[in-house]
Amino acid sequence: MTAVAAPPEAAAPTEPPVHKPSVRKRLVPYWLLLPGILWLLVFFVLPMVYQASTSVQTGSLEEGFKVTWHFQTYWDALTEYVPQFLRSLLYAGTATVLCLLLGYPLAYLIAFKAGRWRNLLLVLVIAPFFTSFLIRTLAWKTILADGGPVVAVLGKVGFLDVTSWLGVTEGDRVLATPLAVVCGLTYNFLPFMILPLYTSLERIDTRLHEAAGDLYARPATVFRKVTFPLSMPGVVSGTLLTFIPASGDYVNAELLGSADTRMIGNVIQSQYLRILDYPTAAALSFILMAIVLIMVTIYIRRAGTEDLV
Amino acid sequence: MTDNTAGGDVRLAGISKHYGSFTAVHPLDLTIPQGSFFALLGASGCGKTTTLRMIAGLEEPSTGTVSLGDREVTHLPPYKRPVNTVFQSYALFPHLNIYENVAFGLRRRGVKSVKKQVDDMLELVQLGQFAERKPHQLSGGQQQRVAVARALINHPQVLLLDEPLGALDLKLRRQMQLELKRIQTEVGITFVHVTHDQEEAMTMADTVAVMNGGRVEQLGAPAELYENPKTTFVANFLGTSNLIEAEVLESGSDDVVVSSAGAKLRLPAGRCSTTPQAGGKLLVGVRPEKISLVHADEEDTIAAGRNKITGTIADSSFIGVSTQFVIDSPVCPELEVYVQNIERDARLTPGARVVLHWNPDHTFGLDAAQAIDAGIETVEESA
Repeated sequence: MTAVAAPPEAAAPTEPPVHKPSVRKRLVPYWLLLPGILWLLVFFVLPMVYQASTSVQTGSLEEGFKVTWHFQTYWDALTEYVPQFLRSLLYAGTATVLCLLLGYPLAYLIAFKAGRWRNLLLVLVIAPFFTSFLIRTLAWKTILADGGPVVAVLGKVGFLDVTSWLGVTEGDRVLATPLAVVCGLTYNFLPFMILPLYTSLERIDTRLHEAAGDLYARPATVFRKVTFPLSMPGVVSGTLLTFIPASGDYVNAELLGSADTRMIGNVIQSQYLRILDYPTAAALSFILMAIVLIMVTIYIRRAGTEDLV
Repeated sequence: MTDNTAGGDVRLAGISKHYGSFTAVHPLDLTIPQGSFFALLGASGCGKTTTLRMIAGLEEPSTGTVSLGDREVTHLPPYKRPVNTVFQSYALFPHLNIYENVAFGLRRRGVKSVKKQVDDMLELVQLGQFAERKPHQLSGGQQQRVAVARALINHPQVLLLDEPLGALDLKLRRQMQLELKRIQTEVGITFVHVTHDQEEAMTMADTVAVMNGGRVEQLGAPAELYENPKTTFVANFLGTSNLIEAEVLESGSDDVVVSSAGAKLRLPAGRCSTTPQAGGKLLVGVRPEKISLVHADEEDTIAAGRNKITGTIADSSFIGVSTQFVIDSPVCPELEVYVQNIERDARLTPGARVVLHWNPDHTFGLDAAQAIDAGIETVEESA
């Protein structure tokens, strides 16, 4: 094909000429990567290295810290704060499950049933972001205040008796209990669950629902066999986007909880800012990161969605 | 699963479908005999897919009833109907492999051992070795066969096909048409096929219903529809017709004689869709391949008793087996004539004076009170 079109002087070489992109063109991708890489280098890699070195230092604020490769800090930190670690994972896990239970029907509604209300509903889902995270959490303090209308109604209908029996509230108090912390976490991370769920549900071809119905699947079976499996990418990314930040969160436990509901985030925060034991704080951060990484890896493997996320 | 022996006809009685003020399907009565290959043919938006979806249970009719054999199923949800559909987009489940896609219907009905049936079905559509693949790893034609297998394995009373070949290229489409026809003959299930492709409908179906604007224009065997169209829409939509506006001179019991721009034409009275009145108007039609063409110098070689029209060649296109001529004539501005390339007359080039002639028996008559070009634009649009 090239031989026919080639002018006479170019007919001699047997191979068609290969056009090499100019050096400048080949560098374009790297130029585009540069700002991002610089950003990550300064604000992610350097702090990580710095924290890693801090975690193996010994000393005190007055005498200064020195790198002594003191790995014992990790073991001490882990063993001392087992309850807080477990509590963090429990609260984050519970909040994630609640987010899924609340978010899935809503995402389903927006994706398949909302019609022209779809965009409005999506705006409403992200509307809370227009206000600061802190202010919204403080608002929950008022909502769940002792003797407030919410608590009064919950007490009247016997809800608090059940939750007290479960040990997540105390008497007629909701504030400063595990329930309040989990409610705060659920509320704050709900949009991070709904949006990925919506995205993956919205992509499902509704003709698949018709096809399943045509092949003798009742509506519940259609959901179980077609809709839910196809929404797995959304379920996985939604649960990760909820669970990972929730497990390191300290604001909800700080504002809505008590000394008995401290999560590992609160421990790290007070180690850094109050006790000023930087090595322990850094070690705790790395331990939390490792635990979350391991759990996430196992989860993704089990969910079998490597190719979907 | 179902009793296929007694009266498994699909009967639509007065079904219609409205969407707000828009009527997609006007009240329609239709009986599709058991075991037949039935095609609903029409341009997009003619109501054929809506009709199909009402049989499937995916749409509820605004009025009327749908019956399968003796059983009325109008308000049954799709999952309770002994009917399966091959969807236009195939709608294969992307998360399941081919085996599980095909087994889906059986599993939903609680069939325990599906392996033998699934293997047999995959063999029937020649996809045995693809059982473990996911749908996106298959070509369009293979996906289409999976869609057919997935529906057929349930031995439905009726198989509904919604433009199943629309996404395939021409060659593959021809191959799949024969394949589907073979499968239908083999399994003996009633097939209801929706298509906008008139050739596809004529190749595959025993009976074709031509739909237009939510109504059935004409129903019949493909050859019957082609030879004896009852409306201009059918005449133009199925193949090509030359329609000539003419005045009726004589209307006898056997023959009708008409005149158009001085040319006298005869046609059998039995092939008129209306009763022609002497002095009234009639649309006279003849198919392009029925017409013979000679150079004006050889007019005397034409046998007596044939319909004759003179004209000038406006355009000719050579397409291998035949040559298609467009003739400019006082009778009709653009007459089409297809001539087999057996012996090509070198004089037949644009500008040449010619005489067109054909056997009067090949002429049909239509009611003049309808749009002469109905069905023409829609054909071009869908082509």
